[in-house]
Amino acid sequence: MTSTVDNTEGLTTDHSQATADAAHTHGTGGGVQGSRADRLTSFNLSDIPVPSGREEEWRFSPVSRLTPLFADNLVSPAGAVSVTAAPEVQVEVVGRNDARLGKAGTPGDRTAVTAWNSITEATVVTIPREAVATDATYVSVTGDAQQASAAHILINAKPLSQSVIVLDHTGDALLNETVEIVAEDDSHVTVVSVQDWNEGAVHASSQRITLGRNARVKHVVVTFGGDLVRITPDAEFLAEGGDVEMVGLYFADANQHQEHRLFVDHAVPRCKSRVTYKGALQGEGAHTVWVGDVLIRAAAEGTDTYELNRNLVLTNGGRADSVPNLEIETGEIEGAGHASATGRFDDEQLFYLQARGIPETDARRLVVRGFFAELIQEIGVKEVEERLIDKIDEELEKSMSVITGTQA
Amino acid sequence: MSTLVIKDLHVSVETKEGPKPILRGVDLTINSGETHAIMGPNGSGKSTLAYSIAGHPKYNITQGEVTLDGENVLEMTVDERARAGLFLAMQYPVEVPGVSVANFLRTAKTAIDGEAPALRHWVKEVNAAMDNLRMDKAFSERSVNEGFSGGEKKRHEILQLELLKPKIAILDETDSGLDVDALRVVSEGVNRAKETTGAGVLLITHYTRILRYIKPDHVHVFVAGRVAEEGGPELAERLEAEGYDRYLTTATA
Repeated sequence: MTSTVDNTEGLTTDHSQATADAAHTHGTGGGVQGSRADRLTSFNLSDIPVPSGREEEWRFSPVSRLTPLFADNLVSPAGAVSVTAAPEVQVEVVGRNDARLGKAGTPGDRTAVTAWNSITEATVVTIPREAVATDATYVSVTGDAQQASAAHILINAKPLSQSVIVLDHTGDALLNETVEIVAEDDSHVTVVSVQDWNEGAVHASSQRITLGRNARVKHVVVTFGGDLVRITPDAEFLAEGGDVEMVGLYFADANQHQEHRLFVDHAVPRCKSRVTYKGALQGEGAHTVWVGDVLIRAAAEGTDTYELNRNLVLTNGGRADSVPNLEIETGEIEGAGHASATGRFDDEQLFYLQARGIPETDARRLVVRGFFAELIQEIGVKEVEERLIDKIDEELEKSMSVITGTQA
Repeated sequence: MSTLVIKDLHVSVETKEGPKPILRGVDLTINSGETHAIMGPNGSGKSTLAYSIAGHPKYNITQGEVTLDGENVLEMTVDERARAGLFLAMQYPVEVPGVSVANFLRTAKTAIDGEAPALRHWVKEVNAAMDNLRMDKAFSERSVNEGFSGGEKKRHEILQLELLKPKIAILDETDSGLDVDALRVVSEGVNRAKETTGAGVLLITHYTRILRYIKPDHVHVFVAGRVAEEGGPELAERLEAEGYDRYLTTATA
């Protein structure tokens, strides 16, 4: 078990909801993992070699399918990045040497370091000081199925600004992407990253967040499409009073690999983090991976953190890996806990609903919508919420046709 | 006028040791407006009868038939049975996280009636039924059965009985886990549903105390998977005084 929790007074670790299940691992079999604090990070290509697949951060990934993104000569600029900005928001395309780039965190794996070294330009979205954006800003990213390419987007929320940014990934892609989110002092920013790729797409995205004093960031990941999507959101607190809420929803079909690896670095006192990821799986070879690393460093007194992952396995043949990992170096904290549970579709729920006259397909839809409901409301961007509900229904039609034996 | 007829019903469940017979030839006829109490010791098959009629997949019907107004119930799916007019108030209602009571009730009503209820009228009806069952309005925004107390779950079952208006209602140990006040409120709900819709009621219980509030026309004593004795309300009074020991000794003899 990779979950490490010091037995310090005042800590709560909620493992009560975890259930043993063949389709659920709890970090066993991966060998001993070092502290997240010791993980090598670097902007230099040579420091982070091409992985073999046995490394801790790659052990769940189909590394061979990611190979094109490990190359050091990815095409840039990638596909097309276009922005529909709120009137208060500034958008620029800048060269790779722009001083503002590369300030949020440091690449921590091979795809992140190749993305950084390949880009020739970046899209910079700036929310000016004290600006309150009146609309959501949409950043549309499309890719190219033939060429492995790299993209870089910087979202810079200046002090006291408020904004909502939606990154919308659609079409074909073989894309290696970096998203930097710099939330300066007292800024409030919501960033929603939607992965709605066509079949066949391969997408790696390092999404690195830094939070200044009293900054509040809501980071939402919604993954549906693509053959292989691997998102690694990192959140790092730079000053006291930061608050990050990380929400994820994913729905994996047959042979889709959807991986979300999070790292929350509590390096300074009195910051708060909440991580809630929920996923559904259906079909043979559907694979989801959720890894939630939280590190509370010795200096981070007064930290308040909780992370939760739940997976709902709708049909046979899927696999959900879920690894919460909490490292605590100080006992002087507000609270720290995690929960992980993976369950199969509950036939008793189905019976209860059907016993009230509700047909099976409608009953299944109710249960799955219910599973995601509370998270969907958390997104806070109506357009994305509605699109998500439609997508869930669309996905369910597929599993329903398997169950009822009809053609979709 | 509706009639549920159960003829020579045999039911078994799968166990590690192979199929285990639970019901061994049950005969019962329930008409609209009638209240039948099925009483019996634990493990006699009372709940199996209820879930078999509702169509729970765990139970295998090995022999016999069940018809509602001449229609073969055993050939219907679970939801078809409910739409045909059968209702089961469950002993252990299931939690459905993220689905509000209001959404659930409206979805069920739409399925049963074949059309969505007129909104204003429906809201009024739900509020009135909840008032009668002393349920707070905030209840309708909660997730179905999630975090409900024992009493709240049973009230919620009877709320559905009142709103869905089945032809035949089976109440599986609705009295278990209720204090005296809750038992009275829930019983009043059952009596109200009977009066307004003329439903037939099959009341499954271990204890006689619910029969002080819901008067049975017929009492059937269930032992070892079949009806061991039948009678009127006086039989319930005798059970209250004597318990089930009399039947158990005969059954094992």
